Amino acid sequence: MIEHALVFGFAAVSLALLMNLWRLVTGPTLMDRVLAADTMVINAIALIILFGIQMRTTVYFEAALLFAMFGFISTVAYCRFVLRGDIIE
Amino acid sequence: MSLALIVMLPFLGAVLPALMIRAGRNACAIATGSVTLLAFALLLTHVPAVLRGEVIQAGWTWLPGLGLNVNFFLDGLGLLFAGLILGIGLLIIAYARFYLAKEDPMGTFYTFLLLFQGAMVGIVLSDNILLLLIFWELTSLSSFLLIGYWRHLPEGRQGARMALAVTGAGGLAMIAGMLMLGGIVGSYDLTVILRERELIQASPLYLPALVLILVGCFAKSAQFPFHFWLPHAMAAPTPVSAYLHSATMVKAGIFLMARMWPVLAGTEAWFYLVATTGLVTMVLGAGIALFKDDLKGLLAFSTVSHLGLVTLLLGFGTPMAAVVAVFHIINHASFKAALFMCAGIVDHEAGTRDVRRLGGLAALMPITATLVTVGAASMAGVPLLNGFLSKEMMLEEAVHTTWAGQGWIVPLAVTAGAAFSVAYSFRYIVHVFFGRRRDDYPRTPHDPPAGMWLPPAVLIVPVVAIGLFPETFAGDLVRASAAAVTGGVLPEFQLALWHGFTVALALSVIALAGGFALLARYRAVRRLWQAGPHPEAKAMFEAVLAATVAASRRVMHGLHNGSLGRYLAVTLVAALALGLAAFQAGGHEAGLRDSLPAPAAAVVAWLLLVGACGLAVVLHRQRVLALLAAGVVGLIVSVGFVYLSAPDLALTQISVEVATVILILLALYFLPKESPRESGRGRKLRDAALAVGAGLGMGGLAWAAMTRDAATLSGYYLDNAVSGGGGTNVVNVILVDFRGFDTFGEIIVLGVAALAIYALLDGAVRGAVGRKLAAWTPDEPHSADRHPMIMVVATRVMLPLALMVGAYIFLRGHNQPGGGFIAGLVVAIALIMQYMASGFGWAAQRMRVDYHAMIGAGVLIAAATGIAAMVMGYPFLTSAFDHFHLPLIGEFELASALAFDVGVFLTVVGAVMLALANLSRLGRKTGVAPVNEAPMDVDPLARRQAAARPAASGASARHDQPAPAPTAAREG
Repeated sequence: MIEHALVFGFAAVSLALLMNLWRLVTGPTLMDRVLAADTMVINAIALIILFGIQMRTTVYFEAALLFAMFGFISTVAYCRFVLRGDIIE
Repeated sequence: MSLALIVMLPFLGAVLPALMIRAGRNACAIATGSVTLLAFALLLTHVPAVLRGEVIQAGWTWLPGLGLNVNFFLDGLGLLFAGLILGIGLLIIAYARFYLAKEDPMGTFYTFLLLFQGAMVGIVLSDNILLLLIFWELTSLSSFLLIGYWRHLPEGRQGARMALAVTGAGGLAMIAGMLMLGGIVGSYDLTVILRERELIQASPLYLPALVLILVGCFAKSAQFPFHFWLPHAMAAPTPVSAYLHSATMVKAGIFLMARMWPVLAGTEAWFYLVATTGLVTMVLGAGIALFKDDLKGLLAFSTVSHLGLVTLLLGFGTPMAAVVAVFHIINHASFKAALFMCAGIVDHEAGTRDVRRLGGLAALMPITATLVTVGAASMAGVPLLNGFLSKEMMLEEAVHTTWAGQGWIVPLAVTAGAAFSVAYSFRYIVHVFFGRRRDDYPRTPHDPPAGMWLPPAVLIVPVVAIGLFPETFAGDLVRASAAAVTGGVLPEFQLALWHGFTVALALSVIALAGGFALLARYRAVRRLWQAGPHPEAKAMFEAVLAATVAASRRVMHGLHNGSLGRYLAVTLVAALALGLAAFQAGGHEAGLRDSLPAPAAAVVAWLLLVGACGLAVVLHRQRVLALLAAGVVGLIVSVGFVYLSAPDLALTQISVEVATVILILLALYFLPKESPRESGRGRKLRDAALAVGAGLGMGGLAWAAMTRDAATLSGYYLDNAVSGGGGTNVVNVILVDFRGFDTFGEIIVLGVAALAIYALLDGAVRGAVGRKLAAWTPDEPHSADRHPMIMVVATRVMLPLALMVGAYIFLRGHNQPGGGFIAGLVVAIALIMQYMASGFGWAAQRMRVDYHAMIGAGVLIAAATGIAAMVMGYPFLTSAFDHFHLPLIGEFELASALAFDVGVFLTVVGAVMLALANLSRLGRKTGVAPVNEAPMDVDPLARRQAAARPAASGASARHDQPAPAPTAAREG
């Protein structure tokens, strides 16, 4: 059962990543692209977790943890940059 | 051991004066003097053994692979020079105490003096020519500092620069010569080299080595044509001139010629190079000295002349001439240092040292006048004084020397030189101290305090003592040091006052008479001199220097024009050419290894990589987009590391990506948001072709490497990580254990880089950049949300969690993915979040960590871990580990590498935070908004109070308004 779920999961996340790529390339605004990159990070977390389940190991868990913890900081930095210019005032 | 101590004492003691100056000038001088006295006393303990003919040795191997050993040895020659350096050094220290004015920084002076002294003693005691070269360069550097001591005087600075340039250039030639010499013999140890006379003189490299070494010696000892720097170095304070430019540094070249005498002397090349240079220098220096009005200038050229005399004697190449050379070194050091000090006294007390403005001082300064009369008479070669003896013996040697088949050239020239010498010596006496007393001295002259005249007086004692009883006072020392020069064989000789009626005596009388005649008709002689040509050495030197600088600048700017594109193109073309050449030389069959399967998700990731790269290429001019595209590439690379089983790398990459984005965005705030168009079509095509070629080449190379099986180092690390390093995470064990030394170097580099960022930005914001920043207005419209509440709250909640993750990753690093480096990045990012949310000023007020100290502590802890291993008797950074048992926690393992990892951790956190803090400081310099007092724009407490009091409904706290203090206190 888990095998099928994994196949589905990988397919869905891959498709999502491709859509992110589409948004990243076409834009049109900077914020569209920042959001696309941010969503890519979310999907990357999913990919790593799925891969861990597939390999039956917890070794990759920390990578996902770091992404989850810090992935948003780049996005925030871009937002601050667009909104305020200086990201550390 | 005590030999090394004699050399090291002045270096170690050099910190003393700098510290003791706070306790006063006397304490400073006494501290300096006691350092030298101690070294001198240590040296004296070796005197009996050396006079018996023993050679004392001490040393350690330092870099045996390079032949560089810390070896010292003490023989007669070393004893003579070390005695001169330390003994006269002691007198100079006493003299300088009274010479230097109140406003001169005395601690600095004594520190420089001790550094110089240590370097000098190092030269004369080194038993390894590479070590000797190090000390040689140190004397050039420390004398540069001493000559330029009065840094407010332009002549001082120029003289210092000239001395450094000339002696430094000579030093370079000498390095080459010494390396050749070492290459011929196969050892850099002096005691070994000195035994290989036949081998060296038979070698085809003998002549180049000889010429190069002599250039170094001549430059240092101010021999023609390098003599011009010495008079300009007279801008130094008189104690420096007396010490460096009469007794010690200028004798370093002489010392080295004497030291190398056994293996280099005795050939035609040696005779014509050394003796001719010495002869020319001697006559030229004496001639110019006669016409110098500055007392120190007169003495400087006299020194040049006397050094020429010693060089001449060494150049003769006969053992007896070497004996005379050594004898004259002793005599010259005693009277010349005394005369320099007296010149300083005259300058100090009469206010000028211009001979034309002096005269008739004998009655006003009787003590000084007596000292100068005795010293200068010795310099002139008047009987009953030591200068007479060595000059007489020199004339005796000169009479027996033929130059190019002509027996009369050398005697004639040296007699002329001696006559000049008599004339200028007596000019010093007569024109300064005798004649009519004047009433226009700049100051009222009188004898100085005893502290100032005693040091020269002490030196005048041997002038008379040796002059009267040469064999008693100097016989043993001359024999011991001359034996060291000649390598053991010494002719029978007796130092005596009376040698009978000889040709030398006749020449001596002629010289005295000629000298007096010259002085009697001084005006006429001087007119004659002034009619002749006077090449200005300084102008020529400056011209040569300017031409050299201009030429090297042309070459440099031709190669290094600042275009990064050009450098990259050159590098890529070179790499492509090399790669292509290698590709054509090798076989072209495909690799045999099976390729890995490519699941759909991996293909998608690859597509993302390609898409992001393409985006960067198309949109690279919009810098934020380029950064975003690079971020996506980083993301995929991180995922790739996970997929290809490199979790450590993945963790590092993820954190580095975040830090990079923040750093670049901080800098981008002040930079144009779009790159200008700079390259034309042709250039773009060229760059594209290069990029594609290099990319394809690199890809092909990677493909070829990965489709083949090859033995790598990985196997060794995998096998030994647990047994050797006590950790199951091989990556971490490599970092902190197997290649700990590498990591140690890297964290130092990281710390230095962060400090450099600090230094550059700190300097920048003070100057023109600072003014530009203060006048800076943002080029984009800004949102009013300065510190949004959602972000403040989220990051506050995240902080303990993130720190927890950091601690977790750090602790488990040795056995599972993680370690100090990643943990450092994680903690740094967790802290940066706070800065971003509430602003730098607000966060910095609440987080008072000195990041400089953090970097330093990190490096020190790492070093201490390594040194602890050395203390236990293992090589640097050997790690140890053991298993412990604690209740509740259970069995765990503790490795010393963990302490090392703490060092890495601290350095990383400190470096990242320091870099960020300084970049964000630029933003604060713009003065767009003041530091906020509250952590966020919205103040929930104020709003609740406002809701409770309907009357004040309009008074909700809004952006940028200072919030009530209680809130800030609670948040902090």
